[in-house]
Amino acid sequence: MSENNNPTTPSTDVDAAHEAGVVAQADRFTDPGVPEHKPRLTDTDPQAAKRAERIVAALFGISALGAIGSLVAYFAFPPGGTAETRLSTLLFGLGMAVSLLGIGIAAVHWAKSLMSAHEYVDDRHPIESSPEVREVAITALNQGVADSGIARRGLLKGALVGAMALFPLTIAVPLISSVGGDWNVDKFRHTLWQRGTRLAYDPNGRLIRAADLTIGSVAHVIPDVPAEERLTHHWITEKAKAVVLLVRMNPDDIRSEQRPGGSYDGIVAYSKICTHVGCPVALYEQQTHHLLCPCHQSTFDIADGAKVVFGPAKRPLPQLPITVDDEGYLVAEDDFDQPIGPSYWERLK
Amino acid sequence: MKALAARRHHRAAPVVLLLLALLVTGGVYAVLAPSPAQAETASTADIETGKKLFQANCATCHGPNAEGTAEAPSLVGVGAAAVDFQVSTGRMPMQMNGPQAMAKPPQMDEEQTAALAAYVASLGAGPAIPTDEQVDPALGDPAHGMALFRTNCSMCHNAVGAGGALSEGKWAPPLTDVSPRNIYQAMLTGPQSMPVFNDANITPEDKRDIIAFLDEQRDGSAGGISLGSLGPVSEGLWAWVVGLGLLIAGAVWIGAKSS
Amino acid sequence: MSTTTTDTKRPAAAAPKTAAGKAADYLDQRTSVGVAVKEFARKIFPDHWSFMLGEFALYSFVVLLISGVFLALFFQPSMALVYYEGENPASMHGELMSIAFASTLDLSFEVRGGLLMRQIHHWAALVFMASIVTHMMRVFFTGAFRKPRELNWLVGMLLMILGLLAGFSGYSLPDDVLSGNGLRITDGVVKSIPIIGSYMSYFIFGGEFPGEHIIARLFTVHILLVPALILALIGLHLFLMVLHKHTQFPGGGRTDKNVVGYPLFPVYAAKMGGNFFLTFGVLALMGATMSINNVWNYGPYDPSPVGAGAQPDWYMLFLEGSLRLMPGQTEYVIAGYTLSLNVLIPAVIIPGLLFTFLFVYPFVEAKVTGDTREHHVLDRPRNVPVRTGLGVAFLTAFIILAVAGSNDLVATHFQMSLNAITWALRILFFVGPVIAFWITKRICLGLQRKDRELVLHGHESGRIVRFANGEYIEVHTPLDDQERWLRVNYDAYKPLEIAPATDARGVKRKGYKADKRWQRLSKFFFEDRVEPVTPSELAAAHSHGEHDSLGSVHEQHDALPAGASSTEQER
Repeated sequence: MSENNNPTTPSTDVDAAHEAGVVAQADRFTDPGVPEHKPRLTDTDPQAAKRAERIVAALFGISALGAIGSLVAYFAFPPGGTAETRLSTLLFGLGMAVSLLGIGIAAVHWAKSLMSAHEYVDDRHPIESSPEVREVAITALNQGVADSGIARRGLLKGALVGAMALFPLTIAVPLISSVGGDWNVDKFRHTLWQRGTRLAYDPNGRLIRAADLTIGSVAHVIPDVPAEERLTHHWITEKAKAVVLLVRMNPDDIRSEQRPGGSYDGIVAYSKICTHVGCPVALYEQQTHHLLCPCHQSTFDIADGAKVVFGPAKRPLPQLPITVDDEGYLVAEDDFDQPIGPSYWERLK
Repeated sequence: MKALAARRHHRAAPVVLLLLALLVTGGVYAVLAPSPAQAETASTADIETGKKLFQANCATCHGPNAEGTAEAPSLVGVGAAAVDFQVSTGRMPMQMNGPQAMAKPPQMDEEQTAALAAYVASLGAGPAIPTDEQVDPALGDPAHGMALFRTNCSMCHNAVGAGGALSEGKWAPPLTDVSPRNIYQAMLTGPQSMPVFNDANITPEDKRDIIAFLDEQRDGSAGGISLGSLGPVSEGLWAWVVGLGLLIAGAVWIGAKSS
Repeated sequence: MSTTTTDTKRPAAAAPKTAAGKAADYLDQRTSVGVAVKEFARKIFPDHWSFMLGEFALYSFVVLLISGVFLALFFQPSMALVYYEGENPASMHGELMSIAFASTLDLSFEVRGGLLMRQIHHWAALVFMASIVTHMMRVFFTGAFRKPRELNWLVGMLLMILGLLAGFSGYSLPDDVLSGNGLRITDGVVKSIPIIGSYMSYFIFGGEFPGEHIIARLFTVHILLVPALILALIGLHLFLMVLHKHTQFPGGGRTDKNVVGYPLFPVYAAKMGGNFFLTFGVLALMGATMSINNVWNYGPYDPSPVGAGAQPDWYMLFLEGSLRLMPGQTEYVIAGYTLSLNVLIPAVIIPGLLFTFLFVYPFVEAKVTGDTREHHVLDRPRNVPVRTGLGVAFLTAFIILAVAGSNDLVATHFQMSLNAITWALRILFFVGPVIAFWITKRICLGLQRKDRELVLHGHESGRIVRFANGEYIEVHTPLDDQERWLRVNYDAYKPLEIAPATDARGVKRKGYKADKRWQRLSKFFFEDRVEPVTPSELAAAHSHGEHDSLGSVHEQHDALPAGASSTEQER
């Protein structure tokens, strides 16, 4: 490091350019050198320096007060309901922020106003190692290779590579075979719906009578399963495939259905899982019969076989064919006829 | 807009909100007090007044006998609840055609609204205006309300009722300032794009639970300023504006030569 | 090994007397710490506010570690279901939820200071990514990625990607409706990968989505795997930074062979330490006052609901936006197999292209300049118009995608049609970056010309002088040495010159075509350029003046061709 308080560093830039031979510019300005150091107020005026010192000390003091304040807030204001939790978080956090900002501002102000403001100049050296060092390094490597004999003994090389290539399998094979569960991706094809499964309201599981639905109604529907089954984690995974949106419209408004005859008196049921990337599609606009996905805005026309009218989805939502049983409850006629949700490679196989 | 939302959750907000809530409750009470009686036993005079009002303000679009035209639906059988919702929120009479009717200061006073509602209710049976008890948030269970809201409402109205977009310029309005009575009526009647959630789907008690949940949201957020409760986008925006803003301001100070 | 302690200037062999001296002596005898102190204590760091953007990222990361340890002690990454017993928040009391979600509520409403830590942690994550991005912008626009720092740029890129991964895995941990839908979208994207998609989905979720494993897996990724990698790479990043010594902005006395600035100890240590506390303080302030990711608003994960405004944190918004913009027609069935280009293009190919651009840019630029020198003096962004233009174009694309990811909020807040916004952004995604590039490049060239103008003719002084012949002129004051140096000290690269297609004997040269392509790219970069003013030009400008007697440079009537119109160079 060269201490250079009044530097008149000669420019080496022009030479460098010549060396590199990229841009030939003989005709260039010369570097005027590091600008002259200008003393700060605190360098020349002892009173200013004293003032700065007092400010820094006061800031550290404020920081300490902030820390103490945050501890007081911590003990005095426990969290609880919304308002209590908000107050507790606010006061404790503000104390913490004051204690941190106090230290930060004090340290920076100290550095800026009281520590030396002289600029220094350090030399840089090329990053590459010198030819001598490279020479030694290459010799060392060559010697090592020669000592190991790997170049001469081909058998060793092969054995080493073979062993090294195989050992990761001892970790990878058990990992990969277990990490995907049973790897039975055929599960995508089936849901809890089957012939005769009753439709129930999500989330409470009440059954749905066709007569309950007025025109313009929408209901979020799950298959009817015993209540205790709905408390398991398995249910969440099944529900992720089985959720259905039930809509009642004027039967005359239905222009087409995906599975003709799948509706009942203007009541249609479509999978709620988007065929794009699987968000639950649920924004039903009853006047247009459009169903919008809030994630990526694919829009499906429920009156027209749930065909896509806008957005990134390609395929219509799969329809769940429904009818009513003797007691007037809505029931499924069948499972979906295709995997619900996003497309995947072997979806049609 | 954000600033407004931010101010809404100022530290003094709980107090102000409480006062407001008291005022609103009082106001709603005042509005509601006569309505149940009127819904059931609307006098012929009321109906006559309502009919006149209808002819003057609504018949152009809805037809002289509310039978509907090409522009606007029939009102036969929509019930008093639908009329009260549309008129008391200022959505009807509509000012101009647009993607959807906007809420605005109501054009009719309470009496006129009641008369109109009575007239339309007399045309065919439909949902009646709810009683005060049916919409009292204090009687509801917010946890159950939230479960229902999440499944049935949050996709359009946002998880805590901050509103959201629908297709083609339509939107689901924020529910933060909507009166409990109007919330109830909206569920019951399915105004505009909103589907109907009749009493078989969401029972009257369920509806009150939903109102209780929405009422709880008016306390603001436990974490501080709610940033509009709009989710990660507004959080990200504020992380840039406040977080990076303050940090860069600090950096400029650190990097500046002191005089 | 030296036995010299470094705190005093005593002779080498003398025994230390003070307590600090003794401690230093003890340490040095066992670690040769003296060498490190000698090397680093007065190491010079150049000063500039933009050099602190990377510090913000580092310090946010430290805050993430501190608050993260706090959270990890209370969070339980289990998907087993429980009824929430806590009274607060009222909307969650008695609900069935995973332990992960319940413990998140618990640490927010029961653990004192827990919510503050959660909010600090989440704000720190957002600010961490934001400072990484701004730091990258600084590095890009000033050319700090040039030799010898290309590899450190790659390390930084990896850090950015790991930051995305850390954010995403953490975002999903509370097992709420919002993040659950985020995971579901991830599942949908993964399934779209040809051939192995459905197996990849099983690989991630341990079976069908959502299964019972994902939270525990993400937890391990979030608190062990990714932070460990980030820490290691930060170490490498900083090691390379110290090895290369920091870049510096151009100015008098600042060359590629020196570094001008303040010593690490005490000035920079105080500033850097202070900056850490400032960063932490700002994050604490945000955590104290601004709510973030109130998961009880969304509720425990349930596959049926989704909230309006379902978006990821801001740094993933570009992916969300790209998914939203893609029209759906591009899903094809080929021989019975489904190829979902409507998902693959926006979620895999577009981010792939964006990242590839960032990864390869330093190497492309090195190739088209043909420059093999080390660069330690930064470029002023205007002096490399095409690079600056490309950077702005990149940001434009990124911002358009992020806006597309928020199009529903744009629609409600500006009362526009969602569909119209989507269409407009679809078009803008292609047009916007091109326009941004063109405008930025023009602005850069304009600024360079303005610099030339200033150097040649000086500042307008506002002093009007009338000559005997009745002519009025405004007197211009010449620039001082420092001002001038800042404006003339850069290289204007010329397009590559390549060897001809055939050698002297008419034999076709191998690799000519590749060279030709590089030359074309080089032309794109450097065809339009503004050369720095040379002393002879300045002298000419002076002597052309008709009023030298005034001792100042002034506006010329037979002005030089305005600088940069083309490859042809003045004089």
